Amino acid sequence: MELFWEGIAKAMALIVALDREVLAITWLSLKVSGLATLISLVIGISSGTLLALTDFPGKRLIISIVNTGMGLPPVVVGLFVTIFLWRNGPLGFLEILYTPTAMIIAQAIIATPIVTGITVASIHSLPPNLKLQILALGATRWQMVLILIREARLPLLAGVMAGFGGVISEVGASIMVGGNIKGYSRVLTTATVMETSRGNFDVAIALSLILLLLCFAVNYVLTRIQHRKRPR
Amino acid sequence: MYRLKKFLFPLIVLTAFVLTGTTTQSWAATKAIILATTTSTQDSGLLDVLIPIFEKDSGFTVKTIAVGSGQAMAMGTKGEADVLLVHSPDAEKKFIAEGSGINRRLIMHNDFVIVGPPSDPAKIHGAKTSSEAIRKIAQANAIFLSRGDNSGTHAKEKGLWKAAGIAPEGQKWYQQTGLGMGQTLNVAAEKKGYTITDRATYLSLKKTLGLGILVEGDPLLLNIYHVIEVNPAKWPKVNVAGAKAFADFMVSRKVQDIIGKFGVDKFGGPLFFPDAGKKAESLGL
Repeated sequence: MELFWEGIAKAMALIVALDREVLAITWLSLKVSGLATLISLVIGISSGTLLALTDFPGKRLIISIVNTGMGLPPVVVGLFVTIFLWRNGPLGFLEILYTPTAMIIAQAIIATPIVTGITVASIHSLPPNLKLQILALGATRWQMVLILIREARLPLLAGVMAGFGGVISEVGASIMVGGNIKGYSRVLTTATVMETSRGNFDVAIALSLILLLLCFAVNYVLTRIQHRKRPR
Repeated sequence: MYRLKKFLFPLIVLTAFVLTGTTTQSWAATKAIILATTTSTQDSGLLDVLIPIFEKDSGFTVKTIAVGSGQAMAMGTKGEADVLLVHSPDAEKKFIAEGSGINRRLIMHNDFVIVGPPSDPAKIHGAKTSSEAIRKIAQANAIFLSRGDNSGTHAKEKGLWKAAGIAPEGQKWYQQTGLGMGQTLNVAAEKKGYTITDRATYLSLKKTLGLGILVEGDPLLLNIYHVIEVNPAKWPKVNVAGAKAFADFMVSRKVQDIIGKFGVDKFGGPLFFPDAGKKAESLGL
């Protein structure tokens, strides 16, 4: 228990002193996971809406696959992204293995099914006649789609939080495709793993607390937006 | 609703802009080399001292991938690394023999130690040789934690069992963690088991472990680090100049001095002993 309090004290010290390395690691975590979440939002919301609003044979199968993908293990994603990005692999010419770019790609792959799945569920949860009503009032198909997304924004924001929470906290893919390189691709989770294996438990606890604070701050902002009163 | 949208949309666009803007410039990969190495060089903090000096002197940037020696050489075999810093001599010789690497050069050594709980249930303390010690562990059916990850330490440990004529695999008291050295030491501490570790990692974790050094000083327990350049004839994408620059840097007088002094202030003695230019045989193998 003593160790825990030491860790808390160390965390406070690092935060108060604005330790440059810790700040850089925190900022990189936010950048990588934020950008990955944004990419997953663009892909996830558009494909999820399309999936929810169209009917085609095999739709249930696709939705089941997407829902399975919501639990995609980060290490599996990490392994496959690594194999593709190897110098001598199919995408080796890009030369982006062990870079933050590779981490963004891996994290976007992890977050996209989460966002897609929640988008499908959100659109499905709208009253079934809403679509017809909107069309009956003279909206074009595009307007209808936009209105539906807007109506489903509360559960969609939950999707944003789930996606971001999933990628900022994952370590398996980040360490495999990023390499945990000091000052370059080291993020909060990979640094925590490394400091633990170095026996620097106080620093590891400090980094974990910063990660928790960061997640809380982001979720707090999103929740505020979610619960904002609808202005008339 | 429209106010919400007005607020949210520019926010997202702005974030995206800031994120991409700040990222693209600093992340351009120029003159980067991939160094695949064992965990002990990173976990001990040695590379945190050496890499910045190398980057400043040479202009190359180093991507250090700290994995076990086995995995580091597997990366080299596939041409996915430029230069290796490893400590698994038998596997290294094979690596060179099959043409995957060139210019294998001795860098430094320290030693492995057998650690265990102070109660020492198998009574190995005072054993003259490592073989005697692990034979006692096997006879007492005392818990022994193995890395089980093809790392240099794991290779060394397998060699010791072989030298003692014991096949521990499958025995109930022989447990494989599949983890790095630091984590394996923690598991050994929790289970009150024995394990074999490099001295550097043990010293940096000592204060939280509650494990003591029980056997040390056997020539079989020597831990030798070599630098190897990945063979560019086999893998044209290898950064030849960068790999050579790093290997030359590691054997340079300046770096050898730093290695010899590393850890003295914190542990009262060096963690590694510089050996550039010597023959591995002269270390007493």
